[in-house]
Amino acid sequence: MSMEIAIPQPVERENYLNKEYGVWSWLLTTDHKRIALLYLISITFFFFIGGFFALLIRLELLTPAGDLVQADTYNKLFTMHGMVMVFFFLIPSIPAVLGNFLVPLMIGARDLAFPRINLLSWYLYIIGGVMMLHCMLTGGVDTGWTFYAPFSTNYTNTKIVEAGLAIFVAGFSSILTGLNFVVTIHRMRAPGMTWSRLPLFIWAHYATSLIQLLGTPVIAVTIVLVAAERALHLGIFDPRLGGDPLLFQHLFWFYSHPAVYIMILPSMGVVTEIIPCFSRKRVFGYSFIAFSSVAIAVFGFLVWAHHMFVAGMSVYAALVFSLLSYAVAVPSAIKVFNWTATLYKGSIHYDAPMLYAFGFLGLFTIGGLTGLFLSALGINVHVTDTYFVVAHFHYIMVGGAVMGYLGGMHFWWPKISGRLYPEGWARLAALIVFIGFNLTFFPQFLLGYMGMPRRYYDYSHMPEFQVLNVLSTAGATVLGVGYLLPMVYFLWSMRYGKPAPDNPWHAAGLEWMTSSPPTTFNFEKEPVVTWEAYNYEELDAPHPKEVPVAR
Amino acid sequence: MLNNFPLWPQQASTMAAHVDALYIFLLIVCGMMTLLVFSFLIYFAARYRYRRGVPAEQIEGSTPLEITWSVIPFLIFMVIFGWGAVVYFQERTPPTDATEVYVVAKQWMWKVEHAEGQREINELHVPVGRDVKLIMTSQDVIHSFYIPAFRIKQDVLPGRYTVEWFRATKPGVYHLFCAEYCGTQHSGMVGDIVVQEPAQYEAWINGGPSGPLSATGEKIFAELGCSTCHRTDTQGRGPNLQNVFGKPVQLEDGRTVTADENYLRECILDPGAKRVKGFQPIMPTFQGLVTEEQVNALVAYIKSISASKPAESVKTTASTISPATEKVQAHGSQVQ
Repeated sequence: MSMEIAIPQPVERENYLNKEYGVWSWLLTTDHKRIALLYLISITFFFFIGGFFALLIRLELLTPAGDLVQADTYNKLFTMHGMVMVFFFLIPSIPAVLGNFLVPLMIGARDLAFPRINLLSWYLYIIGGVMMLHCMLTGGVDTGWTFYAPFSTNYTNTKIVEAGLAIFVAGFSSILTGLNFVVTIHRMRAPGMTWSRLPLFIWAHYATSLIQLLGTPVIAVTIVLVAAERALHLGIFDPRLGGDPLLFQHLFWFYSHPAVYIMILPSMGVVTEIIPCFSRKRVFGYSFIAFSSVAIAVFGFLVWAHHMFVAGMSVYAALVFSLLSYAVAVPSAIKVFNWTATLYKGSIHYDAPMLYAFGFLGLFTIGGLTGLFLSALGINVHVTDTYFVVAHFHYIMVGGAVMGYLGGMHFWWPKISGRLYPEGWARLAALIVFIGFNLTFFPQFLLGYMGMPRRYYDYSHMPEFQVLNVLSTAGATVLGVGYLLPMVYFLWSMRYGKPAPDNPWHAAGLEWMTSSPPTTFNFEKEPVVTWEAYNYEELDAPHPKEVPVAR
Repeated sequence: MLNNFPLWPQQASTMAAHVDALYIFLLIVCGMMTLLVFSFLIYFAARYRYRRGVPAEQIEGSTPLEITWSVIPFLIFMVIFGWGAVVYFQERTPPTDATEVYVVAKQWMWKVEHAEGQREINELHVPVGRDVKLIMTSQDVIHSFYIPAFRIKQDVLPGRYTVEWFRATKPGVYHLFCAEYCGTQHSGMVGDIVVQEPAQYEAWINGGPSGPLSATGEKIFAELGCSTCHRTDTQGRGPNLQNVFGKPVQLEDGRTVTADENYLRECILDPGAKRVKGFQPIMPTFQGLVTEEQVNALVAYIKSISASKPAESVKTTASTISPATEKVQAHGSQVQ
């Protein structure tokens, strides 16, 4: 596309970045765009911490013997990897960065409904994050991010309460972000921006926010119960006192399964913006994609016990949860088919965001279809708690959610930073991430069906698993390079990148109708929407001002 | 054939073939779905790539198409669901005449007790071609008894029995893993399942020093003074335990439960919870006074003095509880 044409701007216009300078103008800002950047910096920090743990895990598994780190260290590594990645990277990633930046812009609002609560949510996240860092530096936790009782409540000596408190605090950040989005989307849409004209990114965030609002309090309660059980031995989960360890699993997964949809729905929203733009088409089946987001959010609350098919649950309960798990697969399938159909008779460009969207489609499809294996009761018994599960959820949460996140970062980077990133490097990075990801996680499906259990730091009892583990570790290093590259060239582009035009992709949507980067209050005057979402036909119609430029 | 494929786990139980058949079916179905989606993606991506002067054709969507690609996958999903459920029921329903083996898990080892009295640690000897039912509990945290070559796995919980069963089909030594993360040496909680020809197995099982498990249980029963109240006539202050296993029991609060392993266990460790109708709450709790192995021996003894095992008892599905106990739990406060 015509990214190369940079409109020369002799005098830099005032925007949200250059309006004020100084630390306090950032730390006390109520501008959703600045808060989005605060989040961007913080989650990137935690992403690389979590990634560092992942690298150590993969290095340990290079050889069957437990030789790089000790057993307890390894157990803390995978625990902290999970906790950091889930609670401090994935859950806030797209909503708190891209969502924060884009929700008001996309619906034509000046800011979120509660700008100060928005800032509060970032501070809560930081307080939670600092607590988590303190917890990690002073000993860490070794229960796995799942905190299963009675191990977490009665047996481990690690810092359960502190880690739990960190997640408890960060959880409120998530709740407040969700609350802010729900109110904003209901109350602050520009005139003419009806529900059926909303970008599907907004629908996805609306569904996500519902889960954040309704699900997160349950994990908060669960954490309080674990802390209370540890401190006071109430007998909630301890069978010796009449408690039930399965109760913990029900409570934990009641939040933690929907939490997966907090991670993947926004990513689906990003992809739904990218694909129409680079196909120059309106999206196929708008209302089906919109309602499938809501359906996923609703059904997502009804499938939690599919994590517990061998936990000692009644067979009849297992049947119901297996059936409902297939029900939640249908709206996901609908989305994949609609994205594919959107390409039909399009005019497809292969810029980096689109490459990430293709990567998302491929990896999410594999992740989703392997979910069918896990929902099949008979197979679940064999593969649950093995590397099959590890591979499956990484395909969804890393292959899906992170690919979408990176795609979105590239797509909206010109709007966020006012600069263009280097396209060639970006395409290369997309390719490296895709190859590295598959090399890391595909062998783990095979390992899982072979029977290698999760959370083993030493597999010298079964050296036959080594070849696949070596492949996986090799892939992880490639993947690491793929993740470092965008950080480097994004930073580079902030200083050396070409200034971005207001709408470098000729994309539809209100966020592209304001300057890049936008001014503090987003629009010079309140926009009035008279068109449907994804009106690429009108955008591409021959126009005296916008002559198509050949490359 | 599959056993020679180095990326495929060994098939050594009757269940393994069933699970593999479903897995292969899923590989084919999902492989076809992947191929379908990817072919369309690649074809569209190539066919409709940007060409100057060729604008995109705007398409609103198509409700018939949406219905088609919702309903057809759903029907396929239901086939997978049904097949998966059938396999699961087989996995969770131990045959009535299975050989029973007691397993006690602790951080970080598996302790195994055979009915004949043989004890093992991190090893389990079983004969080829015989149904074996594992009655398992944990002394501390949750563990999971996983034999990949048999395609079976069941979490082992503290405070109750869970059950799994298998029939080995091929002599050999197979991996036993703990599949539920249980602390520092989780990855050291591995062992061997030794499947032997029946003759070899008979020699092994009868080579042990101790008597049958139920005899140990009888001794403990006398030592702990259980027999003073649980007499073999109707005069005892506690219920007569002869022929009680597997039978329905009327409780003081009006409910009826089946006297399965979990019920017997609960009565020993928490006698007040489900008191038999017509008896006073005088039995002390044995929580903390008996080890898991002693509870197992007591349960084995009580089972041994029940002449015949009625059909209901074995419905103790491989999950924790029989339908009867489940009914109680639905009434009670315990959350399942």
